Amino acid sequence: MSLDKATVAKIAHLARIKTDDAQLDAMVADLNTILGFVEQLSEVNTDNVEPLASVTGHGLPLRADVVTDGAYPERVLANAPDRAHGYYAVPKVVE
Amino acid sequence: MSDLLSLSLTGARDALKAKKTSSAELTDAYIGAMEAGKSLNAFITETPDKARAMAKASDEKLAKGDGGAMEGLPIGIKDLFCTQGVLTTAASHILDGFKPEYESTVSQNLWNAGAVMLGKLNLDEFAMGSSNETSHYGAVENPWRRSGGDNAKLVPGGSSGGSAAAVSGRLAIAATGTDTGGSIRQPASLCGIVGIKPTYGRCSRWGVVAFASSLDQAGPLTRTVSDAALMLGAMAGHDPKDSTSADLAVPDFEAALTGDVRGMKIGIPKEYRVDGMPDEIDALWQKGAAMLKDAGAEIVDISLPHTKYALPTYYIIAPAEASSNLARYDGVRYGLRVDGDSLNEMYENTRAEGFGDEVKRRILIGTYVLSAGYYDAYYLKAQKVRALIQKDFNDAYQSVDAILTPTAPSAAFAIGENEDDPIKMYLNDVFTVPASLAGLPGISVPVGLSGEGLPLGLQVLGKAFDEETVLKVGGVLEQAAGFDALPGFLAGGK
Repeated sequence: MSLDKATVAKIAHLARIKTDDAQLDAMVADLNTILGFVEQLSEVNTDNVEPLASVTGHGLPLRADVVTDGAYPERVLANAPDRAHGYYAVPKVVE
Repeated sequence: MSDLLSLSLTGARDALKAKKTSSAELTDAYIGAMEAGKSLNAFITETPDKARAMAKASDEKLAKGDGGAMEGLPIGIKDLFCTQGVLTTAASHILDGFKPEYESTVSQNLWNAGAVMLGKLNLDEFAMGSSNETSHYGAVENPWRRSGGDNAKLVPGGSSGGSAAAVSGRLAIAATGTDTGGSIRQPASLCGIVGIKPTYGRCSRWGVVAFASSLDQAGPLTRTVSDAALMLGAMAGHDPKDSTSADLAVPDFEAALTGDVRGMKIGIPKEYRVDGMPDEIDALWQKGAAMLKDAGAEIVDISLPHTKYALPTYYIIAPAEASSNLARYDGVRYGLRVDGDSLNEMYENTRAEGFGDEVKRRILIGTYVLSAGYYDAYYLKAQKVRALIQKDFNDAYQSVDAILTPTAPSAAFAIGENEDDPIKMYLNDVFTVPASLAGLPGISVPVGLSGEGLPLGLQVLGKAFDEETVLKVGGVLEQAAGFDALPGFLAGGK
């Protein structure tokens, strides 16, 4: 399977990475090289094989559904590029 | 000064306990070494004031006969571990100015054990690379150079390249690393030092900048195998904040170094004899097997049939997880923001400027293989092959206790040499990726020199949560190899 420029542009948009025309050309070539490389997996018979979800086989632990952390908004916001009234601030979304 | 800098981690620990030196003296020597080794570009951030304060506190404890397992020992931290109040970059532009409000569990464990922080070490951006050349903060130089005239600057390997270069060139007595597909073991091999990736779940991932969450594991890069045992013990342990952290007691890893491998069965997987592997790597591998045999182990030929599919499996799973993990860098909560006319444009501008080319490549591949219509063909397929790769190891471990392989298919290469071919770069991890996919522990130990006078390592793999065997076999290899060559650059001199 080979990706064309329009598909790579769509993927870049899904990934929210602005990409200009020249960059797209380079990305198309690189991504097709990588996809060509991973294509060899189609040789492997995986009928009746369960996909591996956890390498250790340990189950996920459960705990009581209670608040165990928090109540320090200053620390949470300390690295925000922009903030207002105790919230993260972003460009206007609703007109 | 060179006397202090030549001490191993365990050697320095013993010297501190015996009051032959102080942490302040040792730490000052390393602060001088960081200065002397600046041209290697191993550190992104140096924290000498913090180091001196921590050393002073350690000396007070040591004077009273107190202190933890790492008391007073000055180490470097890969800049992928969040450190409270200290710039944490993941070597990416997108984390500009990020000073975490919290400390990673692994680094906190080390400070609790008394370790002293020298600074934050360079790496490939978001740990994506095998040469440290993808760092926003520039390439790291390997302290080793080829013998015989060619004075090319070499890569230290990656992604823990700053860690490996610092430990090898004596800018730090030891360092933390992380390993997703070989990022501890490959740079250790290329820099002539020891590096161990423990079993997935042995060290907490909490506070470590995430790359591929089902693969990422922290571990130490050190000068000796006993150093690795000491430091891994201090880093490891169950952490309720990481749901994949194993609720198992941490063994006394140093006690596992008995030097006795008599009767142990060591597997040699035939599939690791890959096309185009240099003869000297093959010869080194056979030499390593002979060393273990001489020490009383039994060498057994084994087969890991799906080995050749490990790299393509990895290059679906790791980018898939990365594309999901790196979605959080959106210019809202931390790091870089590049403005735009809308929220979407701000996201797109920030991520375009903040991520480097290799990171973008992997995000796009990951986004594609997880996208509607392709998920089954790529991601699910890879997860199934991953199950077969793990089964290969499980089958092999029915008949052997550990597996011996080369760590990397070549010695250190020149900066710029493999930059324009992503697949060629990915092949660096051909021997390390299979165990990562299976979650298994592995150590790289320096065993010999290439024809060009560069270090070459061998890798010992073990069963899940059997780091003790990995360390024991690694220790016997280290002893038998007697690797004592030193790099061209050495802070404090030879």
